[in-house]
Amino acid sequence: MSGTRRTTYREAVRGAIRDALRRDPRVFLMGEDVGHYGGAYAVSKGLLAEFGPERIRDTPLSESGFVGAGIGAALGGARPIVEVMTVNFSLLALDQIVNTAATFRHMSGGQVSVPVVIRMATGAGRQLAAQHAHSLEGWLAHVPGLRVVVPATLADARGMLWTALADPDPVLIFEHQTLYNMEGELSVDAGPVDLDRAVVRREGSDVTLVTYGACLYKTLAAADTLAAAQVSAEVIDLRSLRPLDTSTILSSVRKTHRVVVIDEGWRSGGLSAEILARVAESAFYDLDAPVARVCSAEVPIPYPQHLEEAAVPQPAAIVAAALSLMPAAETR
Amino acid sequence: MTPPAATSDHLHHLLREMLRIRRFEEKCAELYSSGQIRGFLHLYIGEEAVAVGVMPALGPEDAVVATYREHGHALARGIGANALMAEMFGKQEGCSRGRGGSMHVFDIGARFYGGNAIVAGGLPLAVGLALADRYLGRPRVTACFFGDGAVAEGEFHEALNLAALWRLPVLFICENNLYAMGTRIERALADTDIAARARSYGMDAEAVDGMDVLAVEEASRRLVAAVRDGGGPRFLEARTYRFRAHSMFDAELYRTKAEVEAWKKRDPIDLLRQRAGLGEAEWAALDAAVTDEVAEAVAFAEAGTWEPVEHLTRDVYTPPGGPS
Repeated sequence: MSGTRRTTYREAVRGAIRDALRRDPRVFLMGEDVGHYGGAYAVSKGLLAEFGPERIRDTPLSESGFVGAGIGAALGGARPIVEVMTVNFSLLALDQIVNTAATFRHMSGGQVSVPVVIRMATGAGRQLAAQHAHSLEGWLAHVPGLRVVVPATLADARGMLWTALADPDPVLIFEHQTLYNMEGELSVDAGPVDLDRAVVRREGSDVTLVTYGACLYKTLAAADTLAAAQVSAEVIDLRSLRPLDTSTILSSVRKTHRVVVIDEGWRSGGLSAEILARVAESAFYDLDAPVARVCSAEVPIPYPQHLEEAAVPQPAAIVAAALSLMPAAETR
Repeated sequence: MTPPAATSDHLHHLLREMLRIRRFEEKCAELYSSGQIRGFLHLYIGEEAVAVGVMPALGPEDAVVATYREHGHALARGIGANALMAEMFGKQEGCSRGRGGSMHVFDIGARFYGGNAIVAGGLPLAVGLALADRYLGRPRVTACFFGDGAVAEGEFHEALNLAALWRLPVLFICENNLYAMGTRIERALADTDIAARARSYGMDAEAVDGMDVLAVEEASRRLVAAVRDGGGPRFLEARTYRFRAHSMFDAELYRTKAEVEAWKKRDPIDLLRQRAGLGEAEWAALDAAVTDEVAEAVAFAEAGTWEPVEHLTRDVYTPPGGPS
């Protein structure tokens, strides 16, 4: 078959879960309200009726307990998909993610692998305030032993899960909560996608804009604005935060000689610093301007819409950051 | 599993297992003083009857999850003294290739899943191992050891609730040695009846004299059989005592010498030796054999090799081709 069909990000994730459940009897989904409620973001709606309570397993509100149980089940030969409602709640499970999932292979001298997949919602934009809207994926990307991926597109929402389940090591999938309703065309034969490579979503020659997740769309909008101002922006969607595809970033920077990182995480100690440090380490002499970044304001994400919008990266700030790296118009 | 009659052979086996742990750890303490074992070293001396009493109730397909005070469990589970001692030294011949040390003993062949230095961190893991067994239709049991300190942790309560809610095949074994490091149980738990807490989650729980290896074994066989029969999790509180310091850095300011001496009068090895009616000659022969085994383990560890520094980043992730 070929062609595309209209779908949403939510349906793409659900299709990926359904596909995994059908393909591999070892796979099951567990998490808070994934069953009878249908998922906090309605991702798993309908799956309980289709697959039953052993495979669509509602858990109590005990993040450390059920994430740890997912890790143990993965060690025991199952292939659990663990859903944590939001990244803020996953902090209650950090012990199991960081002290168990990330360490067991190395600490045991390579005797075990932990093939668990943990999905969670991340990010601001729905006025959910300071305990449901942070972008903490950069923290997890700090930890060796984990893989951290961020599907921004329908194809990645559909394809990353299967690849993650086939990966022998723990994979964390971050789904930005503003993307679930995003509609678009998805190939009817969409399938597994790689988890390693960043992708150039828009080619350009003057400045490289590096981003991931929902910021991809703000960045693409900024690139449109920049194009109108005669600035050709290349947009890179990282897709994977650990490992980072440094070579794709460096290749682009060596071409454009300018770079801006757009990250919904906070600036201080954040992922943007890591990316720009790598650029400075390896492409310093290719740069025609200082490195730049657009990050979230260093505040807990506030509730009112105008303050929430002001707290996270917006296209105007991305445009301004890119323009600040360009020579004055008369010298271009 | 039908309990074996308390035959002379069986008593000797239990006695030997406890003595192996005792002599192994006494040697570890010496080697710590001489700097050959580093890091943290937590000795199980005094608590041997718990691990040695529980292990005979488990089959080779069952899983064990333990804590950072797990040398005894490892030996009783059948992990060789050589590989264990090499692990203490950090040599690559160790059972975790030297990566883990004293606190992180792994042997997947023995289904021994650590060696976990996060208090209560192993409980959710044990629940997950049992969940996989249930999900995949394997009649296995997971035995999860932890101390009284774990009872105050959230993961204890989350894991017990999950195991009971889903009726998973876990035997929880709380080694209640009365102290969470230096904090006596009355200063840590609002209700010190640990078995009662487990019962509050709807699982059968009982307390046993953790200095009496036969009592531990009898209870373990009964509880493991109930778990294996699909009865859901069970909980065993073994009341025991740590004769040595918490770790090698502990001045033991929190308890009296008189209290320690009183518990030593109930040394699990002495109790079983008396019960088995072991004469001096038999005892001396057993001790000599065990001491030889430990000496051989030390020689093995000393002759072991260091993992090349070039291997430092190996096994952070699984290499292509799958788990080694």
